[in-house]
Amino acid sequence: MTDIAVPDRALPPGPLARLMRRKLAVFGLLLIALVVGGAIFAPLIAPFDPFQQNFDGLTIEGAPMPPGGAYPLGTDLLGRDLLSRILYGARTSLIIGVLANGMALLIGTLVGITAGYFRGWVGSILMRFTDLMMAFPALLLAICLAAIFTPSLWIVAMVIALVNWVQTARVIYTETTSLAERDFIAAERTLGAGTGRILFRHILPHLVPTIIVWGTLGISTTVLLEATLSYLGVGVQPPTPSWGNIIFENQTYFQAAPWLVFFPGAAILMLALAFNLVGDALRDVLDPTLRGSD
Amino acid sequence: MPAYLARRLFQSALILLGVSFITFFLLFVLPADPVRQIAGRSATPQTVENIRRELGLDQPFVVQYGRYLWGLVQGDMGRSYLQKTDVSTLIAARLPPTLLLMAAGIACELVLGLAMGMVAALRRGRATDNVLMMTSFVAVSAPQFVVSLILLYIFAVRLGWFPIGGYGTWHHLVLPAVTLGILGSGWYARMMRSSMVEVLRADFIRTARAKGLTRRAVIFRHALPNAILPIIAMIGIDIGIFMGGIVVVEGVFGWPGIGQLAWQAIQRVDIPIIMGVTLVSACAIVLGNLLADLITPFIDPRIRIR
Repeated sequence: MTDIAVPDRALPPGPLARLMRRKLAVFGLLLIALVVGGAIFAPLIAPFDPFQQNFDGLTIEGAPMPPGGAYPLGTDLLGRDLLSRILYGARTSLIIGVLANGMALLIGTLVGITAGYFRGWVGSILMRFTDLMMAFPALLLAICLAAIFTPSLWIVAMVIALVNWVQTARVIYTETTSLAERDFIAAERTLGAGTGRILFRHILPHLVPTIIVWGTLGISTTVLLEATLSYLGVGVQPPTPSWGNIIFENQTYFQAAPWLVFFPGAAILMLALAFNLVGDALRDVLDPTLRGSD
Repeated sequence: MPAYLARRLFQSALILLGVSFITFFLLFVLPADPVRQIAGRSATPQTVENIRRELGLDQPFVVQYGRYLWGLVQGDMGRSYLQKTDVSTLIAARLPPTLLLMAAGIACELVLGLAMGMVAALRRGRATDNVLMMTSFVAVSAPQFVVSLILLYIFAVRLGWFPIGGYGTWHHLVLPAVTLGILGSGWYARMMRSSMVEVLRADFIRTARAKGLTRRAVIFRHALPNAILPIIAMIGIDIGIFMGGIVVVEGVFGWPGIGQLAWQAIQRVDIPIIMGVTLVSACAIVLGNLLADLITPFIDPRIRIR
């Protein structure tokens, strides 16, 4: 018997391969890797202890030191090394980004799936509530909640999650309603599959691409919201470094020492931009209606 | 149409009622005591109790909320605990600056965003397009306070072209409006680009080209007006995002609008003001969405109101 020659046909590239073909997405992934690396290895990279008020960290007049010399990015108003604080601040941003966004995704997906699958009064109530949340001035609500609680990392994450789940819920709701009407779901139901099985084995897997896209874009929103709350002084509290509260603490020196706004600000922008770039590319790659257009 | 409008107005009223309930409830259950703020630290327990009774804060939630709603129906938003003034007076004084800033900010973001989107669509796939889309991503990802502070540093502190903050002349308006404009432009640029790309593919554009019109006439007379139409409805939806941004931008530039009023009230747990500002903002958001939905069928007759 002779071997049958299998024609060497290349498989269509998978989502990951298509993602890696996009320059902006790769750039975004590199930025994320940079921040995650900085956060994990902060103790090894940071030239100083982020809490240590260095005795030579202030000028003779008691002002922060400009970048250069022993302090690569300068020092803050207490003579602490800015680079070290930014590196440790990356931890805060990432922890809150992942935590708050995870909670928001969970709430949003649950609400969206439930409302989309169970029409009738359950769905109506949930979606009316979502409409209501859309009418809230989100930042005002977040500030209000954060200001009234004594803010800790967990509270800040929770406040952000409470404000940010709405968008996800709406998107998941729309997708679930159209999925629920498809033939294969009706077939499953005829075969006697229970609600739980249909929801988790058949509907949820189809929502995974959407959840991934919104999860990625959501981290960017979360990072910005955390930074804003911390900048207003109602987010993560000093001395724990966060990019927002570094700017908050040093605002009085901002005219004389603009680097204290510039560097942490650039860090926030970089992380938010990275997740936006990757999320946008993921949307193009994972959305089946756009397949082949890249 | 009148039936549709009536239904939408009724829904909007229900949403506002819901917003008022949730905000009131949150402020009721949260561990912040406005009476301590009013009485001060050295007040005796007796004084604290008196103030509490005077403001009706010793009443159960339902009674307090009922009173508040009853007042609202009569156009009374309550009195500020600390400023001893009617909330409606305070908001009325702060609203004009905010509206002015909003109008200027929206004008800036439209001009910037639409121009960026249009140029990107015309140069689709080329370097200009990539640079513009990257810029729009940066604008969407930039934190409001950082952009405010950096513009403030460059144009007010260093160059001295504009005042550092405050309110009064158009000089004061430029920096906060441009800040809001830059931040919002990214969003519009991306929408304008896809809208324009779609229009440029349409048959009537090919017809316009075929009948020998100049490139300029095709773009400005035929493509641009059609590409802008779907964006107009977006302005209504944008108001919600705007209301949030304004708290931060007003704070940095010392702009005496309702964002600042809200921020000060939150710090002092001045509940009537917090309630008032939240409701006014929610009104703006609901109205914006309603307008967006009402405008759409006029812009695009293919979309019918159900």
